[in-house]
Amino acid sequence: MGLRLPSKVLEHILSFIDSNEDRNSVSLVCKSWFETERKTRKRVFVGNCYAVSPAAVAKRFPEMRSLTLKGKPHFADYNLVPDGWGGYAWPWIEAMAAKCPSLEEIRLKRMVVTDECLEKIAASFKDFEVLVLTSCEGFSTDGIAAIAATCRNLRVLELRECIVEDLGGDWLSYFPETSTSLVSLDFSCLDSEVKISDLERLVSRSPNLKSLKLNPAVTLDGLVSLLRRAPQLTELGTGSFAFQLKPEAFSKLSEAFSNCKQLQSLSGLWDVLPEYLPALYSVCPGLTSLNLSYATVRMPDLVELLRRCSKLQKLWVMDLIEDKGLEAVASYCKELRELRVFPSAPDLDEANIPLTEQGLVVVSKGCRKLESVLYFCVQFTNAALLTIARKRPNLKCFRLCVIEPFAPDYKTNEPLDKGFKAIAEGCKDLRRLSVSGLLSDKAFKYIGKHAKKVRMLSIAFAGDSDLMLHHLLSGCESLKKLEIRDCPFGDTALLEHAAKLETMRSLWMSSCFVSFGACKILSKKMPRLNVEVIDEHPPETRPESSPVERIYIYRTVAGPRMDTPEFVWTIHKNPEIGVSHLAIK
Amino acid sequence: MDEFVNLKETELRLGLPGTDNVCEEKESIISCCNNNNKRALSSDNEKENESSSRKTETSPPRKAQIVGWPPVRSYRKNNIQTKKNESEHEGQGIYVKVSMDGAPYLRKIDLSCYKGYSELLKALEVMFKFSVGEYFERDGYKGSDFVPTYEDKDGDWMLIGDVPWEMFICTCKRLRIMKGSEAKCLSCGV
Repeated sequence: MGLRLPSKVLEHILSFIDSNEDRNSVSLVCKSWFETERKTRKRVFVGNCYAVSPAAVAKRFPEMRSLTLKGKPHFADYNLVPDGWGGYAWPWIEAMAAKCPSLEEIRLKRMVVTDECLEKIAASFKDFEVLVLTSCEGFSTDGIAAIAATCRNLRVLELRECIVEDLGGDWLSYFPETSTSLVSLDFSCLDSEVKISDLERLVSRSPNLKSLKLNPAVTLDGLVSLLRRAPQLTELGTGSFAFQLKPEAFSKLSEAFSNCKQLQSLSGLWDVLPEYLPALYSVCPGLTSLNLSYATVRMPDLVELLRRCSKLQKLWVMDLIEDKGLEAVASYCKELRELRVFPSAPDLDEANIPLTEQGLVVVSKGCRKLESVLYFCVQFTNAALLTIARKRPNLKCFRLCVIEPFAPDYKTNEPLDKGFKAIAEGCKDLRRLSVSGLLSDKAFKYIGKHAKKVRMLSIAFAGDSDLMLHHLLSGCESLKKLEIRDCPFGDTALLEHAAKLETMRSLWMSSCFVSFGACKILSKKMPRLNVEVIDEHPPETRPESSPVERIYIYRTVAGPRMDTPEFVWTIHKNPEIGVSHLAIK
Repeated sequence: MDEFVNLKETELRLGLPGTDNVCEEKESIISCCNNNNKRALSSDNEKENESSSRKTETSPPRKAQIVGWPPVRSYRKNNIQTKKNESEHEGQGIYVKVSMDGAPYLRKIDLSCYKGYSELLKALEVMFKFSVGEYFERDGYKGSDFVPTYEDKDGDWMLIGDVPWEMFICTCKRLRIMKGSEAKCLSCGV
């Protein structure tokens, strides 16, 4: 009875479906669709490495060619997750080496990667082509050397903001003379100097090289020589500019840049002095992405650069740009889609930069395509937020960090509730939201009600009571990741909305008022959640009602993990056992 | 919520129970807020001894070091800091920042380029287009609205010229050219 689509036909249809969300839906239709889908999925994404076991993933997707994994919770970026928490890549590499030897691409974010892992990758995957490590740690340049030496078809090697044990610049010389396949190389986070002649030769024999991001140790001379050998680059991360500017050096640099007619993205620029900026002018009209967030250039030099960047879509800059500079951006960079403004003095010791909420307002007015914002600012106003929301209903990502915790609207002294209400209500496609400043529970009522598409929400120093969490967990239909720190809510809302947590990837709460007792109840109630308590002291040595320092809750089909360190307790599903590490130490 | 107001008993911190590890440099940064239910900010960092900070009435409160705030990645923080430090301790120079009241940006100078106070002051005069008046040991600088000062290792603001030059370059952290009434107080030997 009934029509059944031959699997060959279904396979063919599925070959047009790339989005994993769609593929996930396909796999739920019926068993045969599940089977066909899983056998044809090439790109696998696992947003939480502890949500599922490596073996299960390898078994389900035997034709995997690309694996993307994320490990530590996002707040690990801000030192809120102690070292040693977890996120080890090894079990995954080991499992894939055994079951999916045709794997070609590995992308890891916030994971612990050892040299052993890298050596295993090099040894196990014959067709390995792409390695991207973002915010990873645990490996040394020896591991990188292994990859360089062994992976004959390596196209992409990117180390993005990793913490690497730097044993010297020799790793670069391990690329064999026969290797000509490089398309992208990013070693900007390494400290040691590499031999420039090795790099020159590598670049010369890599005709497909499109993206090159150097580390600060590469000098201006080195940069010039590399640009001459790779004028086809579309993405460039310069080395350091902190060297004496001789007149001939400047003109060589200018000339080298002007020959890079396809350059679209520029980053690095450490220590760039205003006198060097004119060397970049020739590439500005073609730039779509500019990362000045490590360049301590100030106004008005920045304007001269930015007014030439009429095609700019992405701008990362420090608050040294000031409101004035952002006015220039609003005037000249009409294609702008993404703006990030970072604080130049993160430790607040010199908070006297003339960057205010007006800077963001003016960009919101002038840049019609603006959809992604990250903005650090000392204080803000509701009026500014209302204007931003009204002008830019197309915002998809809005992350505002009012640096002063609990800072109210500095003109009216009110909480920023109204402002964030406007953002949540007005920006109907908002997918990511970070709030800050003085916020009452009301703000979260609005967010819960209106932020229907928000998937990731970050909150710090906000709210008054349990109502805050109640509003969020009973609303926010699309919420997948919620991270909260230093907010005064307790157990009630969390337990009331336990079921919601299974619809989310994870919930992080630190320095809130959630008790150990509540964690136990939650864990018992929700068998498919791992409730991890991250605490210096065993939670059982304190009263059950006492608040726990940090909690990380995530849905999983893999059960409690086996690799927790001393300070992490996964609450056991069997209440008699209480908490345990479950690992045999 | 009342039971959470006094959390001292169940407070998590390093150190033996019964001891009070108060870190001298940390003060609360809680600004005025209408709500009493705000929990005292506690910062905990495995590497330092700290206690939960309390609201203080002293002014101006120095910003407390809250872990992970503002939310800037360590990679980024380190890169800005190390670039700062590197340029300050190049081995070849003692770079310090110089600010002048009323001027929009700061400058940086290399103290090791100067052999003594008169060279330094001349350079500052040129850089900021002002003049410094005459230095008197007892009375400080006279004859100008501007007074050159520096912040020393202890965080105190001192008049430039009071200590021997060698001592000055070792203890000077930054310079500030004060203007107006504030300047008057410092230079009249109070």
